[in-house]
Parts: sequence; structure tokens; C-alpha cells
Amino acid sequence: MSILLSDISKNFGTFAALDHINLEVPEGELVALLGPSGCGKTTLLRIIAGLEHADKGRVLINEEDKTDQNVSQRGIGFVFQHYALFRHMTVFENVAFGLRVKPRRDRPSNDIIAKKVHALLELVQLDWLNDRYPDQLSGGQRQRIALARALAVEPSVLLLDEPFGALDASVRKDLRQWLRNLHHELNVTSIFVTHDQEEAMEVASQVVVLNHGRIEQQGSPSDIYDHPANAFVSRFIGQTNVFDLDKHDADWLQTAGLLPPHSDGKIAHVRPHDILIEKSTADQAAPATLKDWQHLGALIRLELVKNGSNGSAAPVFAEMPNDQFKQLNLNRGDKVDLKIRQAHWFH
Amino acid sequence: MSQSSVMPGFRPTIGFTLLYLGLVVLIPLSTLVFKSFELDWNDYVHIITNKRVISSFRVSFSTALVAALIASFFGFIVAWVLVRYSFLGKPFFHALIDFPFALPTAVAGIVLATIFQPSGFLGKLLINTLGVQVAFKPMGIVMALIFISIPFVVRTVEPVLLEFESSMEEAGSSLGATRWQVFTKIIFPNVFPALLTGFALAFARGVGEYGSVIFIAGNIPYISEIVPLLIVTKLEQFDIQGATAIALTMLVISFVMLLLINVLQYWVRKRSGQL
Repeated sequence: MSILLSDISKNFGTFAALDHINLEVPEGELVALLGPSGCGKTTLLRIIAGLEHADKGRVLINEEDKTDQNVSQRGIGFVFQHYALFRHMTVFENVAFGLRVKPRRDRPSNDIIAKKVHALLELVQLDWLNDRYPDQLSGGQRQRIALARALAVEPSVLLLDEPFGALDASVRKDLRQWLRNLHHELNVTSIFVTHDQEEAMEVASQVVVLNHGRIEQQGSPSDIYDHPANAFVSRFIGQTNVFDLDKHDADWLQTAGLLPPHSDGKIAHVRPHDILIEKSTADQAAPATLKDWQHLGALIRLELVKNGSNGSAAPVFAEMPNDQFKQLNLNRGDKVDLKIRQAHWFH
Repeated sequence: MSQSSVMPGFRPTIGFTLLYLGLVVLIPLSTLVFKSFELDWNDYVHIITNKRVISSFRVSFSTALVAALIASFFGFIVAWVLVRYSFLGKPFFHALIDFPFALPTAVAGIVLATIFQPSGFLGKLLINTLGVQVAFKPMGIVMALIFISIPFVVRTVEPVLLEFESSMEEAGSSLGATRWQVFTKIIFPNVFPALLTGFALAFARGVGEYGSVIFIAGNIPYISEIVPLLIVTKLEQFDIQGATAIALTMLVISFVMLLLINVLQYWVRKRSGQL
């Protein structure tokens, strides 16, 4: 079901954690709230859940005003970063909890509860662990149980707070894929919080970038990557080379292809794969020297040092496919020419 | 033994533990056992089945049990308040909780006897309003035992409540549980093993307590005379064998009860996945 946040503000003392947030999440989307730590993303999620209350603004779920409703009545499913499984209950009882605490007239019979719990445990592929206690499980297993537990009450909205934050890299990768598939299967409107831009791009159908309690940009992953709304988003999503025109000499920029400046501003953000590299023929005029490179799997990342006396000495990063790099036959210390294909301009 | 741990020192530490247990616990207690062997079985049975002795056992264990139950209830609430809320003068309350640990128990007994005796401040109030006399009755004993045993409960429950993950509560309410359900189904089961430990400590302390009880109990034979007092009385009459017989019996009963509580605790922890 859809979620609508209107004009949400929240202060902790004098610190504005959230500053007039307006956000609409259409039904069935899998949305990532993405931002650096302290940007207010978890607070926003907790306000949607009702675990925290906004100083100002309304929360609407499926066009119903939930602002003043207690978390237990909102019909949301919440998954915590550190799982928050009930330590004194078996996996089965953990998942059954939401059904067992229903008021007597809505409570399903024990048979129905058992059937449903086993079905959910099968969905997360962990039915064989049903009589274990949480302390006996691995992190990835615990998080899947936590998800099954949240789904047991058939929530209208699923909220996940850094769901993979406490897991190691390989488990995290598997679970991302798995969450995506699960979302396809269940199609329940979901919001998850992450500080990992790669995770947001990989899992979400919509990404909301937050910074300092404000929404910087909302859009599909490709939208946000290809058309960053501002310098913060551009720098936060993916790798970016930043060229401030005031800090570089015009000749160098001219040869690199960044001049004349764009009318939108005078700071250029350039993605590493938008820089073309060629082995330089003219020894003196070449704009950069190859300092080092790293293998990123299919891509090679080249670390270049600018030639020429003026301007900032920050290294420039470029990326190219592996085989293309082999063809260039470059060595450390070689002079190279670079051409910038495309840049985003900001003030 | 193979070197299985990074920390050396299994031998010296186990040696020290055994030495301590031997010198401080086992040797004095075994002396008690050997001393009572000087009695033959019939004499022993004769002493133990004396009506006054049996009454004192009943008084001692029943008051200790009731006091430990009440102390567990109130001690839990006190620990809850100290952990969950911040209020003015909290450090002062913390110090106050530990007070009975430090206070000479006789002083506590005299103070309690003074205020609860029929002419005392609280004693008069209770007689006039509820018609209940506390001092010189088993209820007085319970009162004194609660006073000295509450800190045991508070200090065992407190760290567990402090460590309790609040996200478990949040998870409970997000799944639709009411506050009462969150308390009974999530918080309490996690704290219960610690509460049981507090109860056992309070009970053990109550059974052995002497100083604070004798002033408020009135020490009326068959009604409010506790076992430790009876032992002292026998010793004062140079009836050493009588005293050891009672002491040994008390020792055995206490040991069995503490053992039972430990078994119960093991079972609770196992059932709740904490082992």
C-alpha cells in the first residue's frame, strides 16, 4: 500500500534530524532511503513505523492518517539492524509471536498458526531450524527469521532498518538478491534504510537520497546515477572526479576537453568511465602520468597524476574494461592523454 | 591436561578455589557434622522432634520464604525504576538500596522494633487503622527479613534489565503486542532467571538472619522463635550437642532448598535458550 509523508520535521534538542520531509511511496515499490550516517534516514523510518513521533507533519499509509496511532496498531512489519529476535523463544515461536498476541477473537487456531509459521519459514528457506533458539543461528539466518516474523502479521508495509548492516560481505550480497526476489514474489510496499549506495542501487526500485535531514533527490537508480540533482548526490553515488574551474589552469582543462564551461556552474563532476585514455605521443604536452592501477574485476581503475605546474594535485581516476587496458599496453610512469566525454556541472 | 586455552593458570586458580572451599567452608562445616556424630541417632531424633524445635523451623523457613517472595516482587519494581527512569536524586536512591548491606543488622532490628512496637510510630498507626500488630509476631520477622534481603534482589535483577535490548520490545509492539503482552511475554521471561537468583539469595539470607530478627520478633517460643536463636540459646546453656544437632538439620534443609532452586534455574535457562 502507498505511503505518504507530508512535511515531517523532527528535532533532537537543537539538532534538526528531519527538516520538512515530503515523500510519496507508491504501492508495491521497494524504496531505499540512502544517506550518510546521521542524515536522519533511520529516524524517518522509525517515524513511519510509529516507533518515534515527528514534531510536525503527518504519516499516511494507504491514505489513512496514522500519525497518532501506536506502532502496535499500524500494521507495519519492522526488521531491525541487529535482528531483535526474542532470545527466549524458539525460531518457531518467534515467527508465531505476532499471531499469538492478536486479540482472542482475531487469533487463529494453533493449527492455522503452525501451518502459517511453517509456510513462512519455508519461504525464507529455514524451516529446518524451527526448534532452535536465535543464539544458535548465524547472522544471515537470524535476519531471515526476523523477516519471516515481520511478514507473519501480513503487514501492509515492510520497513527494514539497515537490514544487512551487521552481516559480512558475502552473506550481504546473497541476501540483497534474495530480498529483491522476495519483494517480486510478495509485492508488499517496502522501505529499507542503507548507507551503502551500491546496496541501494542493486536492490531498490526507487532511491531516496537524504542528507542533513532533507531529501536531496528521489528517483530510479539509473535516474540518480545518470542525472544527479546536485553535487552531494553526484559525489555520494558512485565514484566522481571533481574539477573546480577556479583551481585548474585553463590550458589543461582545454586539452582534457572540459572547456568552455557550462552555464550551470563551474564545478565539473566526471565519472571515471567518462574519461578516455590514450597513450601520449607528444612527450611534453601530455596532460597526465599513469601512477598506478587496480583491478576491479571486469574494470581497471587507473590512478592518474596531472602534469603541469598549476592547479590542484588531486589524482584523477579513470576506469576502462580490462581488455582495452591490455591493448593500451601501459606501464607505470607512462604519459597519457585524457579526454573527458561527459561531465555534470554544479555551482 | 592439554593446553587448550590462551589463559594460563588453571592449576593455581583451581588450587586456590579448593583451598578456599576447604579452609573457609568445608572444614568448619565438617566440624559441625563430626560434632553431631557424638550424639547417637535416638538422641538426635529426640532433640529434633522436640515441639519447640519443630515450631522454630516452621517459623524460620516460612518467614524467610514469604519475605523472599515479597522482596522479589518489590525488588523487581525498584530495579525497574532505577534502570528505566531518570529522576532527581537517583544516585541517592542507589546508595540507599545498598544501605542494608552495610548497616549492622542489630541496628536495623532495633530501629524496626522501635517503630513497629505497639507504642511505636508505625506500630500504633497500623494497630489503630488496620488492627494489625507487626512487632513480636512472625509478621515482624518477615518485615525485618524484607528489609535486609531487598538489595540482593535489586542488585541481581538490575544488570539484566540494563542489558536488555530495547529493540526486542520495539519488535514486540511492531508485531501488534500490547504493552502488557510485551512485558509478560518478552521482558519478564528474559529477566526471570536473574529474579530467581535474587530470590534464592534473599531466601538464603533470610533463613540465616539473626541480628535484625531477634529484636522485632519477640522470640515467643512456638510463635516467633527462629532457629538461629534457638541454637544460641542452647549454646548459652552449654548444650553444645543440642545446638549442633539443630544446626546440622538446618544446614541440610537449606542446602537441599538452594540445590532445588539451582536446578529450577538451570531448567528455566535451558527452556529459554540461555544455555
